[in-house]
Amino acid sequence: MIAVYLILLIPLGGIFYFAATGHKPNAGRINNWLNAATLAGSIWLALDVLIEGPWLSSDGELYVDSFNVYLIVLTAFVGLTTAIFSAPYMAHELRVGRLNNNRLRLYYSMYQGFMLAMYLVLSTNNMGVMWVAMEGATLATVLLVSLYRTPESVEAAWKYFILCGVGIAQALFGTILLYFAAGQLHTEGGSENALLWTVLYENANLLDAGVMNIAFVFLLVGYGTKIGLVPLHNWLPDAHSEGPTPMSAVLSGLLLNDALYAVVRCKMLVDGATGSPLAGHLMMGFGMVSFLVAALFLHRQYDIKRMFSYSSIEHMGMMTFAFGVGGPLATFAALLHMTVHSLTKSAIFVTVGHASQVAKTQKMDRIRGLIKTQPEIGWGLLIGTLAIAGFPPFGVFTSEFLVLIATMHDYPWLVPLLLLGIGIAFAGLFRNLQPMVYGEVPRGQKAVAANLFPVMLHLALVLWLGLSIPGFLSNWFAQATELIAGSSPL
Amino acid sequence: MAWLIALLQTLLFIALAPLLAGWLKCCKCRLQNRRAPSLLQPYRDLRKLSHKQPVVARQASWIFTITPYIVFSATVLAASVVPLIAVDLPTAAIADVIVMVGFFALARFFQALAGMDIGTAFGGMGSSREMTIASLAEPAMLMAIFTLAMSASTTNLSVAIDHVLAGGFVLRPSYVFALLGLMLVAIAETGRIPVDNPATHLELTMIHEAMILEYSGRHLALIEWASQIKLMLYGVLIANIFFPWGIAETYSLEALGSGLLAITGKLALLAVLLALSETLLAKMRLFRVQEFLGFAYLLSLLGMLSHIILEVID
Amino acid sequence: MDIAQTSFYHQAILTLAALVVLASFVMLGQGRLLRIVFVLALQGALLALATALAAFSTDNPHFYISSAITMVLKVILIPIMLRRLVIRMNIHREVEELTNRTSILLGGASLVIFSYYVMLPIVHTSHMVTLNAIAVSLAVVLLGMLMMISHRNAVAHVAGFMSIENGLFFAAIVSTSGMPMVVELGIAFDVLVAAVLFGVFFFHIHSSIDSLDVDRLNRLNEVEK
Repeated sequence: MIAVYLILLIPLGGIFYFAATGHKPNAGRINNWLNAATLAGSIWLALDVLIEGPWLSSDGELYVDSFNVYLIVLTAFVGLTTAIFSAPYMAHELRVGRLNNNRLRLYYSMYQGFMLAMYLVLSTNNMGVMWVAMEGATLATVLLVSLYRTPESVEAAWKYFILCGVGIAQALFGTILLYFAAGQLHTEGGSENALLWTVLYENANLLDAGVMNIAFVFLLVGYGTKIGLVPLHNWLPDAHSEGPTPMSAVLSGLLLNDALYAVVRCKMLVDGATGSPLAGHLMMGFGMVSFLVAALFLHRQYDIKRMFSYSSIEHMGMMTFAFGVGGPLATFAALLHMTVHSLTKSAIFVTVGHASQVAKTQKMDRIRGLIKTQPEIGWGLLIGTLAIAGFPPFGVFTSEFLVLIATMHDYPWLVPLLLLGIGIAFAGLFRNLQPMVYGEVPRGQKAVAANLFPVMLHLALVLWLGLSIPGFLSNWFAQATELIAGSSPL
Repeated sequence: MAWLIALLQTLLFIALAPLLAGWLKCCKCRLQNRRAPSLLQPYRDLRKLSHKQPVVARQASWIFTITPYIVFSATVLAASVVPLIAVDLPTAAIADVIVMVGFFALARFFQALAGMDIGTAFGGMGSSREMTIASLAEPAMLMAIFTLAMSASTTNLSVAIDHVLAGGFVLRPSYVFALLGLMLVAIAETGRIPVDNPATHLELTMIHEAMILEYSGRHLALIEWASQIKLMLYGVLIANIFFPWGIAETYSLEALGSGLLAITGKLALLAVLLALSETLLAKMRLFRVQEFLGFAYLLSLLGMLSHIILEVID
Repeated sequence: MDIAQTSFYHQAILTLAALVVLASFVMLGQGRLLRIVFVLALQGALLALATALAAFSTDNPHFYISSAITMVLKVILIPIMLRRLVIRMNIHREVEELTNRTSILLGGASLVIFSYYVMLPIVHTSHMVTLNAIAVSLAVVLLGMLMMISHRNAVAHVAGFMSIENGLFFAAIVSTSGMPMVVELGIAFDVLVAAVLFGVFFFHIHSSIDSLDVDRLNRLNEVEK
């Protein structure tokens, strides 16, 4: 299983390489190759896991099973496509003078740093290290949010830093309580091993239920801040709207997913310990509130990136809700939704980045007539938004539909709320989208150099997932579902 | 025998209080590079004042004339329940620490009435300020006392001190807070810097002095003496509750003697500390006193909380 | 059981816990930045002392390392860095006007009660003496948050952030035999990086609003003005 070490070591090397050499014109290309190499590593890893089953490193610190390996592949994939998009995008920003060489050096170095943190969150078996890596992801991205050094971006980055820092401190408290609960068991290997997820999972039914419940509240609030659950979401629209667009894409597509991954891992432990649905109900409550509030807030936005970041909150809310509902079908739907949302949302942010370069602003009332100025951007935005709003035949429709069915089965009275939220969100997105795509073209608006290959690739994948989920993938999801929910949906 | 000791202790309180005040003044003068008056100066002042004829304003009512006696006797009664040199006091069984706080309140009530009785501007101002401070200081003090009462399971001072003595040296987080809280309250209640400055008669700042501005002669002597006793009483409370070692547990002459020595030493040390803080700190604005006392209350509250949270072990 | 029946080390650790929370309260009510930084260093020192005591009483060499890390990081490096930044930005003479200090402090006291209430079921699960202090450490975490809410200066926010870390660290000491070494080193690394980033941010904020008063960071709104 060299592949795991590979996907950790390549970004680590990347950090130092970019930090040491400074910015060179070919940095974007090197970044692409590094991400391509990790993607190759992750696919190799996935094949290994698919064939040989879960793998635990000899010292127990790394653990890969079908749940996290698929997220690793997804992370590597979105990381690569965003990198492909970011190279010309950043070159453009450099040309128009919004950035300089030093900041690009920081950008590329921290891009790799962020990827490293993400892989570490996913592949570690140690709940403590998971926390450290999650905090590391904040630290790596906080300077990227303020990359433009405008007062707004500094404010957004400060907010991001403080809110996420404080929020995630709660998760550390929860982790300490987890450790305390495990310490009472006197498991073999002593206290050094007591934070290993596999050890905790094996002994989950022995852990003290009261302690675990309290721990889960802290963990949910802590990692929930990172997911962007309402009312802990305030940092998210600001950080997304003020940072450079590739950052918004990876934050929305990866960071939020991985925070949710952490919560789900914790929920698996708590469910084993308490045997009560309390953890699930908490997640349902938080998820539903986030979903509805974010859908309403979509209507009040003026900044295009802010609007789509609220859409991210909405979708994260739905996933949290679905994981909270539990059961094989809901879990399967949540996993699928994680995938299609990541792909769609990062594609949208890429398009939005180009759109705002075209219009030279992020204000929606000044972005007009994209489809005439540069048809591929207009179409990309239109199709992407259709996909994220849950139109058939895109994958988001499939997963939302599955969530609805699962909810109908277990909590029928919540279905109207979900439908209402979907409707509100749909209206919110389209009332703003329509004039941006079709409106009258302002004078002097020119097309920009754009690389829409990643967008097309992502949207095509989402379409494919909507039409038919390939066998190996559904198998994969089924395995992951079995891990999380205890039984397979298929 | 026990009652004799109790009487002796009370007399010692009355007799030694001016000495403590003299020692405090002496320390302060040294710290501020001034020549110190004799240690016995407070006694001389009291004697001189008591020989003078008191001048009473024409419109003063009986409250004005009776107040000095009430203040003095209430303070002496309060002093009689506090163990000074021996722990086992029969008076402490009659009146516990809450009654002691009540005596202070009684004295303060009459003093505030007397301040307003004549109708001068300063008197009324002083009374109003004194009551403001008292209303904030009293909860803080009671909270500190409850903390002690909870860990000793009694409000009887003798028994509480016994409890501390029996436990040997125990680090109690709650006592740390209660000690700090009580010290702040003591500073406010006895009118020391930074809450009040006993040495000036500056219109804008004085509190305690403003109330007694109209007193003279033996009336003034009694009030001054009472406030000296009060200062000593707070010192003894702090010294004997938190550091009771040395106090006499039996009535043998030897034990009593060493008890007297111990409390003298502790009080002398406390006075040095007080003089030091008075020299280092400046008097604060009247409006900040509520913050000061709010902090004192907070400390006492934390004391009680830390008793409940930290010290109850199952 | 009463505290008098426990060993001296336990008494000392419990007393240190009380002092740690007192330090949080002092920071909460303090308007002068340099004093806040000083009290923060003091709190770090109390933590280091508590850790060293725990190491001594449980004979756990692992704790000595944690204690040394705490000493270096939280008593020396971070406070000195903050102090130098404050002096360099020339804001060490400013006194922050805290509105309603008394009610903030009493709010803090109610947070202590709240954390006691939350942690009570956990305390009852074990006979560990030091576990009593876990409510206090949660209180330190919450007080750090209250400090960030009530203070306006960015330096005070960082002090609040660091005291949250202190509370978490203390929780780990009193409830367990210390986090695994790899986690502890990771956390220390994160704290160090965070401190450096905070330093960088002071300059960014200072150059963008010409002050460190974060209330003036108010350009971003939910709706357009």
